[in-house]
Amino acid sequence: MGKMLNYRLVIFALAFIFGLVFSIPSFLQLDKGAKISLGLDLQGGLHMLLGVKTEEALKSKLKSIASSIKYFTDDEEILIDDLRVKSNQVEFTLLDEDERPKIEKMLKEIKGIELKQDGSKYVLTLTPKEKESVKEYAIKQAVDTIRNRLDQFGLAEPNVAKQGKDKILVELPGIKTPEQEQRARELIAKAAHLQLMAIDEKHADQVYKMNEAEAEEYGDLILPDAKSEKVKHLVHEVPILDGSMLTDARVAFDQSNQPVINFSLNSAGARIFGDFTGKNVGNHLAIVLDNKVYSAPVIRERIGGGSGQISGGFSVEEAHDVAIALRSGALLAPVVMLEKRSVGPSLGADSIKASFMALVLGFLLVVVFMVVYYGMAGLIADIALVANLFLIIAVMALFGATLTLPGMAGIVLTVGMAVDANVIINERIRELFHQGATVSKAIDKGYDNAMSAILDANITTLIAAVILYAYGTGPIKGFAITMSIGILASMLTAILGTHGIYEYLLPKIERSKKLGFWFGIKREAK
Amino acid sequence: MEIFKSSKIYDFMGKSKIFIAISVLFILTSFALLFTKGLHYGIDFAGGTLVQVRYDHKAPIKEIRESIKKDKMFKNASITEFGSPNEIVIRFSTSSSSVGVDVGDKVRGLLKSTGQFEVRRVDMVGPKVGNELREKGLMAMVLSIIAILIYVAFRFEWRFGLASILALIHDVSISLGFVSLVGIDVNLDILAAILTIMGYSLNDTIIVFDRIREGIKETKVMNLFEIINDSVTKTLSRTTLTSLTTFFVVLTLYLFGGEIIRGFSFTLLVGIIVGTYSSIFIASPFLKWLGFDVAKFKQKELEKEKREREKEKMRQMYEGGVV
Repeated sequence: MGKMLNYRLVIFALAFIFGLVFSIPSFLQLDKGAKISLGLDLQGGLHMLLGVKTEEALKSKLKSIASSIKYFTDDEEILIDDLRVKSNQVEFTLLDEDERPKIEKMLKEIKGIELKQDGSKYVLTLTPKEKESVKEYAIKQAVDTIRNRLDQFGLAEPNVAKQGKDKILVELPGIKTPEQEQRARELIAKAAHLQLMAIDEKHADQVYKMNEAEAEEYGDLILPDAKSEKVKHLVHEVPILDGSMLTDARVAFDQSNQPVINFSLNSAGARIFGDFTGKNVGNHLAIVLDNKVYSAPVIRERIGGGSGQISGGFSVEEAHDVAIALRSGALLAPVVMLEKRSVGPSLGADSIKASFMALVLGFLLVVVFMVVYYGMAGLIADIALVANLFLIIAVMALFGATLTLPGMAGIVLTVGMAVDANVIINERIRELFHQGATVSKAIDKGYDNAMSAILDANITTLIAAVILYAYGTGPIKGFAITMSIGILASMLTAILGTHGIYEYLLPKIERSKKLGFWFGIKREAK
Repeated sequence: MEIFKSSKIYDFMGKSKIFIAISVLFILTSFALLFTKGLHYGIDFAGGTLVQVRYDHKAPIKEIRESIKKDKMFKNASITEFGSPNEIVIRFSTSSSSVGVDVGDKVRGLLKSTGQFEVRRVDMVGPKVGNELREKGLMAMVLSIIAILIYVAFRFEWRFGLASILALIHDVSISLGFVSLVGIDVNLDILAAILTIMGYSLNDTIIVFDRIREGIKETKVMNLFEIINDSVTKTLSRTTLTSLTTFFVVLTLYLFGGEIIRGFSFTLLVGIIVGTYSSIFIASPFLKWLGFDVAKFKQKELEKEKREREKEKMRQMYEGGVV
């Protein structure tokens, strides 16, 4: 009788209590304790996979090199001409041969470039290593920038992570309506590339007759106005400075109560801005955001202090979002949408309801079926099944796993398959009874005989689940996780647990000898 | 309760030709379907956009079609009812790469005149991602077949491994045939269903094979037919019972799990039926065809046991301090 409190039963009881305790927070949705979080397909939300156009980052790197050359030569009063940014290089011509040592010293200080020189013409290209690091940085910066923007946007629990080599995963559970979603997407997509550019005063009056190639001849760009696409501005291609020198951007209101954005520059930016405005009094300065000219006021005097204003036709919401984008920095490279899945909250709620209903119904069906077919043995298997369900929930909660719709399907399926081990065992026990075994022998030998089949079957299913996890994406991973946890938990509950219960009940079964009641077969035990 | 009598042994092998003929018929039909009608790839694998819209009244499909097709971009859009007459799904093959404004927004604008509605789901997969998902899915299938083949060959013998893989290919082909016949959108969830069927089918087959292995070791009969008949009969009750519980559970998923999960659960239903059938009637005859030799296997298993017994003896002697 010493077997009544056996090690199997103790382990099973502990597992049962463990499962119960750690699944309570998930079942009752308590605030305290680890619990399963619902996937976007169940609670509603936006899932996006973004790609980063890293070539654009290379281009803007070249542009900033050109800007620093321009600032240096202006500052040192070195005469150069034809400063251009071509597809993958920066080029210019030195007019004053005497300044050669000075300019070459400056060029040597720029890191990561290859310098070619042909007479007085200089060509700068990025080294392959520099290209790689610029691209890598662009992705990292995009992740940080998007995370920063979404944090400031005020949505609950945004998740932004790098995925694979060059993709970004964005998950926003808080999105409720398509309008909200669109606004969030626009915020992410905003390049927020602020540039202060000089208007080409010499050729500005010809802008409507020019095409882009002709503008390029002069080292200029034609940019549309923000208020109307029809209005064009002709600006020098190389900007005076850009948003990388920005320290702050805030929404304010001007005299006519229109929203504007006030920005401030860091000390280097302030100096460049001050120097430029000082030298160009009477000329126009274009304030360019994402390749659109927001305003092009005349410079009346030198502007020190390093602050400026972007005005022109924002709505309050827009101004708010632009300010967030500017503060969190420009995207070095634009992002593109590779994959998007958005689920409305009502659909998510429907999915939960439907799959929960299927789970409960399926569960009841299996439970009743087992008792009808196997009698008490079926009931014992059902206890193991309940323990199994609690364990799955508890383990998922402790790992911080997310429950998705396919994950729900995985649990439902596990319920169907978890009783398999008990079916195999019970069949073996019945077989032994038919051969005339005693109760204790039938149970012990039944477990022994069933073991190899159960192990081989579970391991093959586990192999399939693990590979599914490794190669699956998103929701499929959830399915594989719940299946794997379910299989492992069933080994503990269906094999060890039920065996423990039988050992505990053995004296009783031996005394009663009613195999019809205990195992559902018409035969008297020996 | 007992369904199958324990005393009677059913003659499965005697009728194996009939079952093989039925299977060949089904497989050929499936292949014919797969090659002519083909699989209807959903947006996960083909790329494209899906918009699910629910109206607070019956969805005016005709009007919706007219307003959508105003835009040339949506010329080949398909509009179908989804679960209830109030709910529709619009599918088209285009997808946008812009993050700021996308086709979902555009559809919403076009639908404005068709009544009160709620956009419940917008899925968009770019062509590049679709290709990647398809490659990964195929990879997962091939890899798991190889891994399982190795495991079964290691635990049993290579013929058992190969026979179980053949049974698995049988199950997957027929299931895919049904997917093609019914015209289910093949998305990631269908892939998951197929992989589950693979796991399930193997599970079933292995339990029968385990019994055959045991039968060979324990009986003096050298006739493979008899051993198979005996083993399949002995596992018949288990195979039927587990299949029934799983089948009922998946059936509730199919009936009550909601429209989104219907394709998945339908595929599983077919898979469970086919998988159960093949593990009872089809998998074992493959063993015979592959030239399985009972005597040789028995000898090998006996040698294995002998070696293990010797090892055990040595260990006992060692622990007893004899050596």
